[in-house]
Amino acid sequence: MATPPKSTIERVRATLARRNRAERRFKNLGRAAVLLGLVFLVLMFVNIISTGYPAFWQTYVKLPVYFDPQVVDPQGNRDRETLGSADYGALVKASVRSLFPEVEGRRDRRDVAKLASRGTVFQLRRMVLADPSLVGVRTEIWVPVDDDYDMLHKGNVDRTLPEADRRLSDRKIGWFDRLIAEGRIESRFNATFFQAGDSREPELAGIWGAAMGSFFMLVVTLSLSFPLGVATAVYLEEFAPRNRVTSLIEVNINNLAAVPSIVFGLLGLAVFINLFGLPRSAPLVGGLVLTLMTLPTIIIAGRAALTSVPPSIREAALGIGASKLQMIVHHVLPLAMPGMLTGTIIGMARALGETAPLLMIGMVAFVVDIPQSVTDAATALPVQIFLWLDSPERAFVERASAAIMVLLAFLIAMNALAIVLRRRFERRW
Amino acid sequence: MAHQPGVAVMEAGALEFRAAEVEDTDERRESRETVGTPFADDPRMTCRDVNVYYGDNHAIKNVSLDIGREQVLAMIGPSGCGKSTFLRALNRMNDTIDGCRMTGEIRLDGQDIYAKDMDVVPLRALVGMVFQKPNPFPKSIFDNIAYGVRIHGLAESKSEIEGIVEHSLKRAGLWEEVNDRLDQPGTGLSGGQQQRLCIARTIAVSPEVILMDEPCSALDPIATAKVEDLINELGQDYTIAIVTHSMQQAARVSQRTAYFHLGDLLEVGPTDQIFTNPIHPLTEDYITGRFG
Amino acid sequence: MGSPSLILALLGLSSVSYYLGWRRSISLAQGAVRNLHSLPGYHGLYTALWAAVPALLLLCIGVTLKGPIVTSIVVSDLPAEVQSLPPERLNLVINDIRNLASGNIASRKSPAMVAAADRYVRLQGYAAIAVTVAVLVLGVFCGAIAWRTIQPGKRARNAVERTILGFLMASSTIAILTTVGIVLSVLFESLRFFQAVPVTDFIFGTEWSPQMAIRADQVGASGAFGAIPLFAGTLLISFIAMVVAVPVGLMSAIYLAEYARPRVRAVVKPLLEVLAGIPTVVYGFFAALTVAPFMRGMGESLGLDVASESAMAAGLVMGVMIIPFVSSLSDDVINAVPQAMRDGAYALGSTRSETIKKVVIPAALPGIVGGVLLAVSRAIGETMIVVMAAGLAANLTANPLKAVTTVTVQIVTLLTGDQEFDSPKTLAAFALGLVLFVVTLGLNVIALQVVRKYREQYE
Repeated sequence: MATPPKSTIERVRATLARRNRAERRFKNLGRAAVLLGLVFLVLMFVNIISTGYPAFWQTYVKLPVYFDPQVVDPQGNRDRETLGSADYGALVKASVRSLFPEVEGRRDRRDVAKLASRGTVFQLRRMVLADPSLVGVRTEIWVPVDDDYDMLHKGNVDRTLPEADRRLSDRKIGWFDRLIAEGRIESRFNATFFQAGDSREPELAGIWGAAMGSFFMLVVTLSLSFPLGVATAVYLEEFAPRNRVTSLIEVNINNLAAVPSIVFGLLGLAVFINLFGLPRSAPLVGGLVLTLMTLPTIIIAGRAALTSVPPSIREAALGIGASKLQMIVHHVLPLAMPGMLTGTIIGMARALGETAPLLMIGMVAFVVDIPQSVTDAATALPVQIFLWLDSPERAFVERASAAIMVLLAFLIAMNALAIVLRRRFERRW
Repeated sequence: MAHQPGVAVMEAGALEFRAAEVEDTDERRESRETVGTPFADDPRMTCRDVNVYYGDNHAIKNVSLDIGREQVLAMIGPSGCGKSTFLRALNRMNDTIDGCRMTGEIRLDGQDIYAKDMDVVPLRALVGMVFQKPNPFPKSIFDNIAYGVRIHGLAESKSEIEGIVEHSLKRAGLWEEVNDRLDQPGTGLSGGQQQRLCIARTIAVSPEVILMDEPCSALDPIATAKVEDLINELGQDYTIAIVTHSMQQAARVSQRTAYFHLGDLLEVGPTDQIFTNPIHPLTEDYITGRFG
Repeated sequence: MGSPSLILALLGLSSVSYYLGWRRSISLAQGAVRNLHSLPGYHGLYTALWAAVPALLLLCIGVTLKGPIVTSIVVSDLPAEVQSLPPERLNLVINDIRNLASGNIASRKSPAMVAAADRYVRLQGYAAIAVTVAVLVLGVFCGAIAWRTIQPGKRARNAVERTILGFLMASSTIAILTTVGIVLSVLFESLRFFQAVPVTDFIFGTEWSPQMAIRADQVGASGAFGAIPLFAGTLLISFIAMVVAVPVGLMSAIYLAEYARPRVRAVVKPLLEVLAGIPTVVYGFFAALTVAPFMRGMGESLGLDVASESAMAAGLVMGVMIIPFVSSLSDDVINAVPQAMRDGAYALGSTRSETIKKVVIPAALPGIVGGVLLAVSRAIGETMIVVMAAGLAANLTANPLKAVTTVTVQIVTLLTGDQEFDSPKTLAAFALGLVLFVVTLGLNVIALQVVRKYREQYE
C-alpha cells in the first residue's frame, strides 16, 4: 500500500530543509560559474588596458640642435645628394653632449648620446631635406627618447632594485632626472605608433604596417570568400539534388569548420607556396588561407539565412513565371542577404584575429616597410602582437598590449555591426 | 471556510433566473458574472478573485471557484478560454513561465498556496499534474515512477519503492502490460500507456489533488477510454480537476462542470444540470455546438 | 601588362561587350522586346560572359605555365656541367638566377649566371607580352562570335543561367577540394618523412629532439622524432583546459538557461560571448605575461617548483577560452529539451536543481557529450596559447607544474624561420599535422554525429 496522504506531506516536509539547501548550493554554483567567466573577462581587459594604454604616449626630450654646415654641407652648395648622405648622427651626438658637457670618458660619452632615439638621425635628415635653409641654424627640437628612458619615465623601472638588475644604471637615471629638472622632458601622444611599420627600436615601431597587411589580407579574403560562400550556399540549398555527393559536401563543410586553423596553414604552405610558387609572407597567400578557413562559416550562415526565407515567396515568384535563378536572384537572395552579411562579418572578424596559419606561411617576418600591395612582404596585426611579445624589451610588451587594444576595437566594431545588421533586418515570418 | 456569505446570494440569484424562465436577452448574454454553484460546502481548494496575466494579456479574469473533496471537476470551454491557465495556477506551474503574474487567492485545505513562505515543492507533491502530451522522462518505466518517490524521500528502502511502483502501476491499470519490462525506457510505450504511466507517476507520490490538462487529447479512442475509466476510479479517492475539450468526456468522468469563456468563469454546476439545463446563454451555445 | 591590369582590361572588354550585345538585341527586336526570347540584358550578359570567361581561363593557364617554360629554356642554355648537377644543386643555381634577375644579391655570381639572368628577364618580358596579346585576342574573338550569334529567338537567358549554375556547382566543390588538399599535402609530406623515420619510431618513440636532425645522416639512427612526449603534453594541457571549461561552461549555461532572469541573461550572455570572440593571441598574451608568472609566484609561496612555462598556466587560459564554446553548445542542447519534460518533473514537486540534475541533464547528455568532444578537438588544435605560454621542452610528464610541449607548438617551431623544405625536420611538422588532422577530424565526425542524432530525437 502507498503511504497515506497525511504521511506524504509530513515526509516531504522532513526533506525540505535539506533539499532547499541543495537547491541554493546548486544555484550558487551556477552563479559562481557565470561570475568566474566574467571575472576572467574583466581581468583580461584590465590587464591589457593597464599594460597597453601608456604606449599611446611617448616620452620626448627637447634637444638643442645646431645644423653644423661643416657636417651637413661642407661644400656649401646645398646639393641634395650631399644633404641626404651627411652624418646626422654626429649632430645628434654633439647636441646631447652639449647638454652634458661634464661627461667624460669614451663609454660615458657614447652612452649619453644614446639618450635620444636612434630615429632622431632620420628626423634631422628629413627636416634638412624638406627645408635646406635650416643648415647653419641653431634650434631646439623635440625628439623621442630611447625606450629604456621612456620606460623609466613611465615608472616601469624599479629604482629600488640593485643597479645590476636594472636596464638603466644609476648614472643614466641621474642624467635623465637632470633633464626632467631642466624641463626638457615631456610626454606626448605617440603618433608614430599609428603611422610606422615595425622597427627594432620600440619608440619607432608602429602598427600601421601590420594593419595594412591585415587590411590587404581581409580584402583578398572578403572578395573571394563572400562570392564563393554565397554561391555554395545557394547551390546546396536551392539546386543540389539530395544525394550522397551533396551530403558528403555537407558533412565535409561542417567538419572543415572545426578543423584546427593551423592545419589550414600547413595547406597554404604546401599548396600555395611550394606547389604554386606564390611569394612567402604575402597578404595574398594569407588571404587565400583565411578564405579557405572562413568559407565554412559563411556557407553555414548563408544556408541558414536561405532556409529562413519562407517557401511561399519562392512559390509566388515561380507562379508568375520567373525562372528558378530569377526567383533566387530577385526574391530569395535579397531577403537572405542580411543573414549572409552577418555571417560574413563574423567570419571576417575571426579571420582578422587569426594568427596560427599565418605563422606557417612566413608572415612572421620582420617587415619595416608598409606593404603597398597584396604581394608585398607583410605581417598582420595579431602576428605583430605575437612578435612584439617575443621581444625582451618591456616597451615592446607595452606596444603589444596597445596593439591588442586596437585589434579588439576593430573586432568589437565588426561584431557590433553584425549585431546591428541582424537586429535591423531580422524578420519573423 | 464553512461560512460563505456570497454563496447564498449567488445561488439565490441563479434560482431567480431559472424560476423566472427569462428570455435569452442581450443583457444576460453580455453578463460575465459567474452563475450556478461555484462554491462547495467542504472544499479541498478554494479560489477567490483569481486573475492571471501573461505580460499585458489578461488571461484569467476574477475567477472564484471551489474544488470539492473527492470529486471530479471538469473545466470546459472554447480553446483559448483560459481553462489550462487556470489549472496551472492551481499548483503554481505558471511560475515556470516568464512574464506570468497572478493576483487573488488560492487555498489548499485552507492554506494560501501563493503565500510568501509557501514552498512550491511540497505544494506540487500535494497537487500533482498530468499534461496534455504524455511526457515520460527519458528513463526506465520503473525510474519514471520511482523518481518522485526518491526526490521526496517517501520510501525508506528499495523494497518499499518497489511496492509503491507496483501499487501505482496497478492503480493506473498498467501493471499487467508492463510488469515484465520495468527496466525499459518509458518513451518506448504507446501514447496511451505513456499517459497512464504519467498518471501512475503522479499518484506514486500520493497527492491529494490531481490536475489533468486535456489528458486524452493526444490519444486514440481506445486509449482514451482506458484513461477515462482510470479517472472515474481515481475520483473515488482523489480530488481531480480536469480540463477537457470534449464535452462527452466531461459528462463521462465528472460530477461538477465549470464553463470558461475568454478568461471568465461563466457557469458552474452539477455536470448533469450543465449539460441538460444550462443557465447562461453562452454555456448553452457552447454545449449545443453553436460555437466552440 | 601585369595580371591585375590585364584582369581590369578584361572587365572593361566584357562591359563593352555587354553594351554591344544589349544594343544588338534591341535593334533586332524591332521596337518590341516581346519579340525576343530573352530580355536584352541577358543577351548583353551572354556576350560579356563569352568575352571574359575563355580569356580568363587562358590567362590562368598562361600565368601558371609561363614560369616553368621560361625556366626550362634558361636552364637548357646553361653550360652543360651546370645542367648535369643533381636536382637540389640545380635548384639552388636557378634560385640564384632568379635572385639576380630581380636585382637581389645572389650567393654566387659568375658571368654565365649574369647572362642567364639577363636572358631570364628578357624571356619573362616576352612571355608576359605573349600572354597579354593572346588573352586580349581571345577575348575579343569570342565576344565577337557571341555577338554575331544573337538572334531574336536565341535562348540567351538559358545559356547565362547554365553558366551561373556551373559557377555555383564549381564553388560548392571548393569545400571538397580544400579537404582533399589538406589530406594530400599533409599525407604526401608525411610519407616522405616516414621514409626517413619509421612510423613506429614516430608514434611510439619517447624522445623528441628535432634539433639533432640538422646532421641529416644521423636522422634515422638518432630516434629523435618520437612523438609520445608531444601527444602526452597535448593531452595534459587539453585535460587541464577541459577541467576548467566543462564545469564552468556547463554550469553557466545551466544558470543562464534555467535560473537567470531574462534581463540578467540579456546582459550576461553576450558578455560571455565576448570571451569567444577574443583572438587566441590575446589569450596567449594573458597566459604568458600574467597567468604564468602568477602561477610561478603562487608555487614559490607554497614551496612548489613551478616552471615558468607550466602546463597549468597554458591549460588554465585555454580552458577560459573554451568556456563560452562549451557554454553555448550546452545552452543549445539544454534548450532543446522539451519544456514538457521539465513540467513533468515540476508537477511532481521537484526543485529546480532536482529537475536539472535528474531530468534535464540526463536528457541532454548526448548533446552535451557531443559538445565536449568538439571542445576537446578545439583544445587539441589550439595553437597560439600554447606557442606563447607552453614550452619547447619535450618532457614526458604528468605533472601540470612542469613545462611540456604540444603537437601544435612543435609544428610552429619546426616551420617558422628559414628552413630547407626537404629536411626531415620540416617534414616532421607535416607528420604532426597529419596526426592532428586525423585526430580532430575523428572527434569532429563523432561529435557532429552525436549532436545531430540528439537533435533529431526532439524534433
